[in-house]
Amino acid sequence: MTKEELKIKIAELLPAATLDETGEWLNVSVDPNDWLLLAQQLRTDPTLFFDYLFCLTCIDWKTHLTMVYHLSSTKHRHNIVIKSKLDRNKPEIETVSAIWRTAGFHEREVYEMFGVNFLNHPDLRLLILPDGWEGKNPLRKDFEDTVNMIKL
Amino acid sequence: MYRQTDIISDAQVSPQEGDLVINVGPQHPATHGVLHLVITLNGETIKKVEPHLGYIHRSIEKMCESLTYRQFIYVTSRMDYLSAHINNHACALCVEKGLQVEIPARAQVIRVLMDELTRIASHELWWGAMAMDLGAFTPFFHAFRERETINDIMEETCGARLTMNYMVPGGVMQDVHPNFQRRVKEFIQLYKRKIHEYDELVTGNIIFQNRMKGVGYLSPEDAVAYGCSGPVTRGSGVSSDIRKIYPYEIYDKLNFDEVLESGGDSFARYMIRIREMHESIKIIEQLIDNIPEGDFQAKTKAVLKLPKGEFYTRVETARGELGVYIVSEGGTTPYRIKFRSPGFSNLSVLDHIARGSKIGDLVAMMGTLDLVIPDIDR
Repeated sequence: MTKEELKIKIAELLPAATLDETGEWLNVSVDPNDWLLLAQQLRTDPTLFFDYLFCLTCIDWKTHLTMVYHLSSTKHRHNIVIKSKLDRNKPEIETVSAIWRTAGFHEREVYEMFGVNFLNHPDLRLLILPDGWEGKNPLRKDFEDTVNMIKL
Repeated sequence: MYRQTDIISDAQVSPQEGDLVINVGPQHPATHGVLHLVITLNGETIKKVEPHLGYIHRSIEKMCESLTYRQFIYVTSRMDYLSAHINNHACALCVEKGLQVEIPARAQVIRVLMDELTRIASHELWWGAMAMDLGAFTPFFHAFRERETINDIMEETCGARLTMNYMVPGGVMQDVHPNFQRRVKEFIQLYKRKIHEYDELVTGNIIFQNRMKGVGYLSPEDAVAYGCSGPVTRGSGVSSDIRKIYPYEIYDKLNFDEVLESGGDSFARYMIRIREMHESIKIIEQLIDNIPEGDFQAKTKAVLKLPKGEFYTRVETARGELGVYIVSEGGTTPYRIKFRSPGFSNLSVLDHIARGSKIGDLVAMMGTLDLVIPDIDR
């Protein structure tokens, strides 16, 4: 599907979504509450068939967090970017690890680095940080580690 | 063929009475780095493999937020240290995408040549190490004989043998060494003379075949669902070569095949890498006599500023798909940078393919996933 066709299709599936096509791929901004349902449709709809989640990350914008999902289809070879704005003080979003298995690992990374709570995640534990890590999340913008961090 | 018929379902497995929980790593020769696996065993059968990461986590993503677009590329050589050129290449491509710079034809060809030489060097190290994991020491020396030749070529041109830092936004840092073409041709001759030894020593060896065939079966659907890329997915028959699907540089003009195997087991993944080396040699042969004359670097400003926006590039490293995601606020440093490393996703599948197998086969599975720990941790 081309960008235009994807745009029409997504607008049909979720009229509340905001679409942005200035970038290389179509950017879709969704409310965190709509995300799980849209994710299921993106994965199962035969014309969309986004079966490959190749990047899952988060951005700290100081006022809010943004989850970013890069999706690709191994059948149709089209790509899409889904974004979801989260409250910085209480970031919560549904996990998609049941839809794309790779999300299980990537969400654990985002959980410890940004403090995003993935609802219904089967195994939300620290992955990279040492056991018993307490305190702030390292990839947030206000993180300061006076002992180990070298300012460049 | 043994197909993991009694694989334990993916629910949370907690150790029960009579189960044995053992730690492999962080310092273990078979993990090739500081990977820590906590393995739950029932007898000799693996019930669960749980990777614990972070022993070499340097927070490269955070570091890059305070480095300029010229500086941050040097840090990325330390991610996947066996494909340093390709990491640098991905970052340079991403910055170029933001700046909208045209790369001179000479630089493009040099970049592709370096990428393919790196791919061969990486696969050779993997081959030697993999054979060593399975109990044979000799192949390691055979692999290093060829790999050292490539490192010598790199050293002449880039000044370094492992962390090359050769690709810069706009092209390559300097022109190739005058000896470059001659030495690459010598390497091709050496490779063609010696490569049959690889098959004689390992590929055709019945002990190795028995250790790899039917071990760690990964279905095509699972390979995609777990976000695997590179030889791991192609071993399951899923076409995933970024060089073919989303061509960058001059890959769309080159004549090479995407290597696919349908076995899905460790042996299929092994064969992919062996055959990929032949394809890389094919690419190098096409280009080595046809390096166009001209500049090796486009003219760029001394201080690079990317426009506000988001840029993503995908390249094919020796291990799979590397993604570089730059979020720019218009300044001289990235606001946020994310490296989608192939190893991280490839590792996540280890638990799935190992369940129900014997502990002795774990090394064969880890070996054919080709894990490079700094690439996983970043």
